[in-house]
Amino acid sequence: MPPPRQSASVGAVRRSFAPWSDPEAKPLIRFDNVTKRFGDAVAVDHLSLNIFEGEFFCLLGPSGCGKTTLMRMLAGFEHPSEGRITLADRDLAGVPPYRRPVNMMFQSYALFPHMSVERNIAFGLKQDGLPKAEIAARVDEMLRLVQLERLAKRYPSQLSGGQRQRVALARALAKKPKVLLLDEPLGALDKKLREETQFELMDIQHDLGMTFVVVTHDQEEAMTMADRIAVMDHGRIVQVATPGEIYEQPKTRFIAEFVGDVNILEGNVLGQENGLWRVQTPSAEAPLTIDDPDEVLHSDQAVAIAVRPEKMVIRRDPPGPDAINVLTGEVWDIGYLGDWTVYRVKLASGAILRVTRANRSRYVEHPIDWDEQVYVTFAPDAAVILAE
Amino acid sequence: MTPRPSFSKKLAESLVPAVPYLWLGLFFLVPFLIVFKISLSDPAVAQPPYKPTFEWGDIVGFFQGLDLENFELLTSDDLYFSATLSSVRIAGISTVLLLLVGFPIAYAMARAPVRYRSLLVALIILPFWTSFLIRIYAWIAILKPEGLLNQALIGLGVIGEPLTILNTEAAVFIGIVYAYLPFMVLPLYATLEKMDDTLLEAALDLGSTPWRAFWTITVPLAMPGIIAGSLLCFIPAVGEFVIPDLLGGSETLMIGRQLWSEFFSNRDWPLASAVAILLLIVLVVPIVIYRDVESRRVETRA
Repeated sequence: MPPPRQSASVGAVRRSFAPWSDPEAKPLIRFDNVTKRFGDAVAVDHLSLNIFEGEFFCLLGPSGCGKTTLMRMLAGFEHPSEGRITLADRDLAGVPPYRRPVNMMFQSYALFPHMSVERNIAFGLKQDGLPKAEIAARVDEMLRLVQLERLAKRYPSQLSGGQRQRVALARALAKKPKVLLLDEPLGALDKKLREETQFELMDIQHDLGMTFVVVTHDQEEAMTMADRIAVMDHGRIVQVATPGEIYEQPKTRFIAEFVGDVNILEGNVLGQENGLWRVQTPSAEAPLTIDDPDEVLHSDQAVAIAVRPEKMVIRRDPPGPDAINVLTGEVWDIGYLGDWTVYRVKLASGAILRVTRANRSRYVEHPIDWDEQVYVTFAPDAAVILAE
Repeated sequence: MTPRPSFSKKLAESLVPAVPYLWLGLFFLVPFLIVFKISLSDPAVAQPPYKPTFEWGDIVGFFQGLDLENFELLTSDDLYFSATLSSVRIAGISTVLLLLVGFPIAYAMARAPVRYRSLLVALIILPFWTSFLIRIYAWIAILKPEGLLNQALIGLGVIGEPLTILNTEAAVFIGIVYAYLPFMVLPLYATLEKMDDTLLEAALDLGSTPWRAFWTITVPLAMPGIIAGSLLCFIPAVGEFVIPDLLGGSETLMIGRQLWSEFFSNRDWPLASAVAILLLIVLVVPIVIYRDVESRRVETRA
């Protein structure tokens, strides 16, 4: 079981942890215009990225986006076709995997089947030629950390998936590397265990003060654990930001759609009024009012408006005459998820909106029903404008 | 509703698992018992050339006629002991040489791009399309003093005088390594091909040099293949008759050759049978012990 979060102040300390916004801070890992080609295919395309010491960094993207290649270049299993990777100001070019202060937890765990749990964890320490007593002490420490003391003598084939995952983690942590790379660390676990383990990984990372770089295709996992997320697509980084920024201020439509659920309303800019954008869309009669001051747009520009389902309000009574951002439609589908109810609303334009509502009380009189005429509204600052 | 299986179907179902046992009983156990019986008999100038022969009328006399004389002879005469020892030594050295030659081949095959692998396996098996005997005869032409190898070496100026290879133990080693190589390579390839490459990456990642990763990861994981290949080569090599006879000299002592001469030259079937039984014991006992240890080791891990 994961130990409880230590205190409220830990969270407070974490919140102020933002070396990436400090221009003085020196990155620990630096990708400098790195390109990797496999034959004709470009896996990583002129990519630059800084990762700071103590960060929990997630590389997020669909399969084939180049995130695994990026990680394997850091581990030393692949070599950049162009560009430079430095770790603590040291150029990693030509440094073999076994001389890098970086350890990796493999997606398949890659536990040595002919060695007990103990010997798996001790493997890396033995390569360093540490004295026996020290190795034994460190192995014990790692076993305690991942709570596998009782299974020290077992072989990998005698362990459950979750236990194997812990052994793989302990083995990668044993050498106390500067950077720990985790390739889809929770991919093989079931949902319940995955959630528990997410928090455990965060605790371990925080307690050891290590830099973690995690590759994942699971946005929920990235959102939960990461200090910052780099969203990748086609070998490039589309956006690097905190989970909150990625979710609330996605830079592109790809990110808005890849991270979380989103409703996209296409339209054309009418102009700006009192700092608010007015956008005409076929989905609503009146122009929409959007509060997204950072966007620089010109009149008649084609844009996409992104609104998260939970930021929309669904109601059956018509809103007042001076209400803004009103969409009308009829309920097409209702999905009851327990904590949430998902409504799929078909607008007159034919577009289907996804609106969620938290089920705050156990009983609702006259709940919104299938085929009912409904109004969907959202606040001006609930939406983000994405330039096409 | 499924119809009740017919009687003949049930019979067939119960017979199918019996087929391998039937086969082993008919073609291994029965001949073994016959050979064992002959080894307990005495040579005779008769047809067949031993006595007693089995007759229903005189079962008691038959059993009284059996004795361990041949085995006593085997232990009293140094020749058989040293032939056995020499066979085990030659087979042992050959097996080590086969491992040294076979492992890199199997390793390279397992690392080759997938689309070439079945072709490589086919190439390894290809020599079997030619008669074993012809291939060994070919080695005579290569190894003899005026043979291909010596001509090539003299032509290149490496040596001045032809080397004497044919009719020495070295020629026997060359012959065995050449003839048995597929039996070593194939099981090795099968285990190496299954091996997960990420295990080697993990070892490198944890600070192991490629050389150490080879010894701590690849070799232990290839152990089942190493053992299978070694047994497949060692066992027939101990009893090998053709290769030492054609390539080895008169001083190359091997138990298979001894058996041949007892059987054909001396026409002493009982003694030849005793040698065969001895050979079987020498080979089977270590394997049984090994299997027993191994299965217990596997059980603790499963």
